[in-house]
Amino acid sequence: MPDATTDYIVEIEGLGFSRGDRPVLDDLSLGIRRGEVTAIMGPSGTGKTTLLRLITGQLEPERGDIRVDGRHVNRLSRRELYELRQDIGMLFQQGALLTDYDVFENVAFPLREHTNLPERLIRQVVLTKLHAVGLRGAARMMPSELSGGMARRVALARAIVMDPKLLIYDEPFAGLDPISLGVVLRLIRNMNDALNITSIVVSHDVLQTAAVADRSFILADGKVVASGSPEQLRTHDSGFVQQFMHGHADGPVPFHYPAPDYAEHLLSRRES
Amino acid sequence: MRESIEKLGAVTLFFGRVLAALPQAALSRPGLVVAQIYNAGTVSLILIMICGFFVGMVLGLQGYDSLSRFSAEDSLGTLSALSLFKELGPVVTALLFAGRAGTSMTSEIGLMRATDQLSAMEMMAVDPVKRVVVPRFLGGVIAMPLLVAIFNAIGITGTYAIGVSVMGVDSGVFWSQLLSTVDLSDVAEGIFKSVVFGVAASLLAVFEGYTCTPTAEGVGAATTRTVVETAVSILVLDYLITAALI
Repeated sequence: MPDATTDYIVEIEGLGFSRGDRPVLDDLSLGIRRGEVTAIMGPSGTGKTTLLRLITGQLEPERGDIRVDGRHVNRLSRRELYELRQDIGMLFQQGALLTDYDVFENVAFPLREHTNLPERLIRQVVLTKLHAVGLRGAARMMPSELSGGMARRVALARAIVMDPKLLIYDEPFAGLDPISLGVVLRLIRNMNDALNITSIVVSHDVLQTAAVADRSFILADGKVVASGSPEQLRTHDSGFVQQFMHGHADGPVPFHYPAPDYAEHLLSRRES
Repeated sequence: MRESIEKLGAVTLFFGRVLAALPQAALSRPGLVVAQIYNAGTVSLILIMICGFFVGMVLGLQGYDSLSRFSAEDSLGTLSALSLFKELGPVVTALLFAGRAGTSMTSEIGLMRATDQLSAMEMMAVDPVKRVVVPRFLGGVIAMPLLVAIFNAIGITGTYAIGVSVMGVDSGVFWSQLLSTVDLSDVAEGIFKSVVFGVAASLLAVFEGYTCTPTAEGVGAATTRTVVETAVSILVLDYLITAALI
């Protein structure tokens, strides 16, 4: 019987993190439901990638608690953390494929490191995953020969090769052409539903993310300022959320960086 | 000053991490280590051979010139062998190794850091220290004494070429003097130095790559640091070992 706690695969409470003197995340709390595609959105520099690195245990929080699949990430030993990570697939911004290996070996990498499967079986699993992202024909290409969209699809095949419970995408749409973008969008949705996993998409592309996410969190100043379905967020009454969702140039986040008075600044002789 | 001490501490901690990961990494994937011995060895081989020959020839010229002032040209073989085994072989090889193999280790690992490949490995629950750092470190440590041996052999050949063929030292005297005066302990000192230098050069190369700033400039700066730091450490270590052994 699933109860209230197992409904969430990721639970974060009162999370605080800073780089030097600058607080990045401040008293952040959120929960990510199993089986859904959850988007974490927000302007650049609001700590979205930092949040991912905290969830996956690559960084340690200063305050607060992070539970992934019921385990406290910041209290795990390195070995326990590595065990947990075998249940997590992650797609990096640029794919982060291993440049020394071809596409096939990149996808086979986690299998070779963590299992003793016979070569025949490895080949079958890898070809199945590559087929799922439509790149079975590119198995013997090197990462340097791939386009940006293809590299990301290979990285996706590699992220799902160990059949994870949780799949994390860091800026999956950045710098893609419209066709590749459509492919990645479709894959995110299909992977989530076909493999019965949970997906977290971190992005600032409002339109694409709204098209694929069941639920979104909007981050600003290190906190969650709004959450809900894309439809709820579009009609949210906060001025900031309106500006963010609709991409207005001016609003609660001003167009002009704070500066002295324009006329005075132009007329003054000294460079300030 | 403070920075240097912090750096020394960081390198020492990293050395501990490498040593802790070393047995398992080396035993579970010996193929990776062999590949790195090949990498570190072959990239430096031609360089080492050319430089060894020229260093040996210079020893032949300078040694003959100095020794003939005491009418001691017969000891040319001994002079060349002692200089090469005890000092020039390990030191020059280590400096060349830093410039050739060390820089490529640093830039390779640094580039993997800059392109998130190391983070991706960590996320795939693969420890990059075991998978990437240890094989390169061990490859360098094993390759160094082999390269030193080749450098020495070719260096003596260079001295022979100048001393015997050009300057007219007797071939039999050249070899018999060399064999009767050079001890096994002289050879051992050179091997010991080459292993220590191999550890220092490889450790600094992998450390700089692993900890570099993940940008193009960061990788470039780390590569430069590898050469500078290795050169200084090799010469300081050389003095310390020599002082301890004499």
